[in-house]
Amino acid sequence: MRAEFFIYLAVMFAVTYAIRVLPLALIRKKIQSRFMRSFLAYIPYTVLGAMTFPAIFYSVDNIAAAAAGTAAALILAFTGRGLLIVAASASAAVYAVMMISNYLL
Amino acid sequence: MKKILLRAGLIDGLPIAMGYFAVSFSFGIAAVAAGIAPIEALLISMTNLTSAGQFAGIGIIAAGGSYFEMALSQLVINMRYALMSIALSQKLDKTFTRLHTLILGHAVTDEIFAVAVSRPKTIRPIYFAGLAALPYIGWALGTAAGAFFGALLPETLRAALSVSIYGMFIAIIIPAAKKERSVLIVTLIAIAISCCIYYIPLFDGITSGFSVIICAVAASAAGALIFPVKEESEK
Repeated sequence: MRAEFFIYLAVMFAVTYAIRVLPLALIRKKIQSRFMRSFLAYIPYTVLGAMTFPAIFYSVDNIAAAAAGTAAALILAFTGRGLLIVAASASAAVYAVMMISNYLL
Repeated sequence: MKKILLRAGLIDGLPIAMGYFAVSFSFGIAAVAAGIAPIEALLISMTNLTSAGQFAGIGIIAAGGSYFEMALSQLVINMRYALMSIALSQKLDKTFTRLHTLILGHAVTDEIFAVAVSRPKTIRPIYFAGLAALPYIGWALGTAAGAFFGALLPETLRAALSVSIYGMFIAIIIPAAKKERSVLIVTLIAIAISCCIYYIPLFDGITSGFSVIICAVAASAAGALIFPVKEESEK
């Protein structure tokens, strides 16, 4: 293996580890500010929302297939299915539409 | 009690692990396509356990980017974990020692965080360890499988698998948005900002990692002002 790979690896690990662990290791008191607590309560959903949209539509080079995957995920999540079913169905819908469009074109 | 909590964690972690297997499988394929050895791809997954940061990282390695660029990209893309860890710090049980945080903190990911933080009780180390164990193994095994054997799969199937990570994100957002209208509105604000940054040419210089930070901070701050969460005593 290349020496430079290990430097890249060390940099990636050090930065990512510090970001995750320092707040957990250092903050032990309850945050008093109601604003901060509300802000933190919304963070996971705003992060995931911003990461998903609009990126999901361009995650494969067939926008109709990506839209079908999105729709499948939204519908199944809305009807209360768990992580795995929703994720697998999104992939299955994308696969189905890609196969159909490959066949038609 | 410990056994029950460990089992609860493992059960909660299983669907995440299976989703991770699928997503890291596509990471393994992408890493090898970028000229990284399969064993190197596995090392990256075992030391980083993060999707967006790793995908950006192999791009930088492939392009021979500087170490500074690598550090900055990881900092920006993964900064959201700092926000999640701060949120998580508020829910840790008293039995969570500093040593626990040094080991288990490494497993703060979008999904593990979302599941842990949505538990009504405080988080004990044994539960968190159970929750993180299978996703960690799934992430490593999926990477190895994709890196060593991914080339055997047809292109269409590989593409379809790459969408699974977004399906997982949607599966985390929707239940919370159904339960609390404020979560729905705040998430839609984040998505609206994200679309503006993506589609308006003026913002082309903003990388996807920075975009996530801007959207999350702006929308969460707006949410905290418009819909402050209820105090514990008001519940």
